[in-house]
Amino acid sequence: MFNKHAALEKNSILMLIFVVITISIGGLVEIVPLFRMETTIEPVKGIRPYTPLELAGQNVYIREGCYGCHSQQIRALRDEVERYGHYSLAAESMYDHPFQWGSKRTGPDLARVGGKYSDDWHVAHTINPQSLVPESIMPGYAHLARRVAPLEDIGLDMTALRMVGVPYTDEMIENGYADALAQATADGDGIDGLMERYSKVNARNFDGAPVTTELDALIAYLQVLGTMAELQDYKHDGSKRSGQ
Amino acid sequence: MNKLNEKPKYNDEIVKLFTIATIFWGIVGFTVGVFIALQLAFPALNFGEYLTFGRLRPLHTSAVVFAFGGNALFATSYFAVQRTCRTRLWSDGWSKFTFWGYQLFIIMAAIGYVTGVTQAKEYAEPEWYADLWLTLVWVAYLIVFLMTLKNRKEPHIYVANWFFLGFIVTVAVLHLVQNISIPVSIFSTKSYPLWGGVQSAMIQWWYAHNAVGFFLTAGFLGIMYYFVPKRAGRPVYSYRLSILHFWSLIFMYIWAGPHHLHYTALPDWAQTLGMTFSIMLWMPSWGGMINGMMTLSGAWHKLREDPVLKFMIISLSFYGMSTFEGPLMSIKEVNALSHYTDWTIGHVHSGALGWVAFITFGAVYHLVPVLWKRSGLYSLKLVNTHLWIATIGIVLYIAAMWVTGIMEGLMWRSYDELGFLRWSFVETVQAKHIPYLIRAFGGILFLVGAFIMVYNVIRTIRGDSAGEAVQDTVHDPNINDVKNIGQNAGEAVHV
Repeated sequence: MFNKHAALEKNSILMLIFVVITISIGGLVEIVPLFRMETTIEPVKGIRPYTPLELAGQNVYIREGCYGCHSQQIRALRDEVERYGHYSLAAESMYDHPFQWGSKRTGPDLARVGGKYSDDWHVAHTINPQSLVPESIMPGYAHLARRVAPLEDIGLDMTALRMVGVPYTDEMIENGYADALAQATADGDGIDGLMERYSKVNARNFDGAPVTTELDALIAYLQVLGTMAELQDYKHDGSKRSGQ
Repeated sequence: MNKLNEKPKYNDEIVKLFTIATIFWGIVGFTVGVFIALQLAFPALNFGEYLTFGRLRPLHTSAVVFAFGGNALFATSYFAVQRTCRTRLWSDGWSKFTFWGYQLFIIMAAIGYVTGVTQAKEYAEPEWYADLWLTLVWVAYLIVFLMTLKNRKEPHIYVANWFFLGFIVTVAVLHLVQNISIPVSIFSTKSYPLWGGVQSAMIQWWYAHNAVGFFLTAGFLGIMYYFVPKRAGRPVYSYRLSILHFWSLIFMYIWAGPHHLHYTALPDWAQTLGMTFSIMLWMPSWGGMINGMMTLSGAWHKLREDPVLKFMIISLSFYGMSTFEGPLMSIKEVNALSHYTDWTIGHVHSGALGWVAFITFGAVYHLVPVLWKRSGLYSLKLVNTHLWIATIGIVLYIAAMWVTGIMEGLMWRSYDELGFLRWSFVETVQAKHIPYLIRAFGGILFLVGAFIMVYNVIRTIRGDSAGEAVQDTVHDPNINDVKNIGQNAGEAVHV
């Protein structure tokens, strides 16, 4: 065996080919089946794509690097389920491009933060976390409250997401901007269309300010996290799948 | 042809550029690291919009891994491949493109981070336009390296080059698969990755763990396989061990990614595979450590007098330690405690500071007098000072992270006598304040050490000597390196 290795040592292209084969096997075995096995993502009732406003909020979350300190993945461990709620299901992040599971809890998990705190709490906490939690080491994000959310072109984002597999319809994309404003103001004619296109939408002026800010978008996103799945119907053994 | 117009045998100008870039980005990366460590102890240090922890953290990781580590890999691979192939680096123009192209990538990425342009994938944060640019640069790197191998005057490819080649080609594969994405528009910095949800999680950690396995391990083992034998003046301990651990290392590393996703929504079979291969990975990892350390057989006395060699051997010790700790943390039951905690941060830093940075410092101290044709380093005493300050810094850092990591992991799962969770989350944050101060202090020591290196390097380039009794002796750069460091006699002598 060791003598035959000389053949590789004398031919750089041969060595390159052997390296590529060697490093391909593990990835192929672990990754490819995830796209084919139907058990990878068990269907769960209630999961829908983000509304345009929630999507804009997720983009703020991504831009600020929130994933560096907050996970969105509750592991199937007793203390985590008691602290944060039902363990995370694969379906709950199926429309996240990319996933926001995180790897570090410098702050608490946010997978089910939706509905846990009031909008007012989120406004005060995002602007100055220490005003509510004196021991917190989170930075303040006051600039989000000052900046108007960039929603005019949210349809382009939705189009790109549709290309990578998120099932936004033409109607959803056409009404992207209107739906975002309708959700953040909770009045006007647009609200019915929004409710028709997306189930269980929190529509209200999240930060109380007259304009739709990035803070509105972020809070809309945080308030929906973990609330879509109808967990009472979910059977974790996989034998009786709910939904669809 | 006029002899004066002939190019020198080796292209060392490009190695000089990469060496300077290594030192520069090292200082940047360590400084940002110290700053964000202080932000975690004193949140008031989060100034305004652009300098929050969330935006600076990817700046720190990328500056250290890709800017400092990447430039070190370019410098050392270009230096070593010429000498072990006894040929000049292929194409001055292409290699120069890899230098300026790579620096441009770093700057594009860094500007993106502070302005909030990010893909939000750890260690793959740069957006689509920077990724495309890096692809060009990386293909150029692969071509330069392969063409130089092709032009070699030695029949055999030396072991360091196996590792460099494995690192370059695997990083290319990882980069391409991880970063496929659809830009929102051609004028937008924003894109959406093709992969979503659980598949994106698996591909992320397949990518990120092998950024560790190939960028920070295989590549740096390439550095080790050239510079340790060179500095010790001894052949590599075992040629057979080189073969065995090279192929098993690159085969097994690829499988290890899912250990970042234990108890998550990733299917169980994938988690178990990831854990199994991570544990097996312990053996090929230690194969590299043993092969490096045992290269000193018959030359152990050099450790007493040569602080540059000390850097390399301490580096191998940290490599051995963190490649033992890694498999341990990949065991599901251990990971249940360690995941999401500072233990992971400590583990990463024992690898990044202890292994990656120390082997780089050793290589830089070896390279600078050779490249600038000086008789030796300005001061070996300062090298020794750097060594001990940095070592103490690392030990403080990782010890503080063991304390905070294990403590918070235990606090999160602690119940009181009535069966309720004992601690609120913020109480676990509060409990980490003092260790966070110790961690920042450790980081400051490490940074001070790096500044001592900068001073030493500048004085060396200027041609100064501190006039110490012990002189740094540099090997003649033109002697046949393969003969000097070729594989062990009796096993397979090629030259």
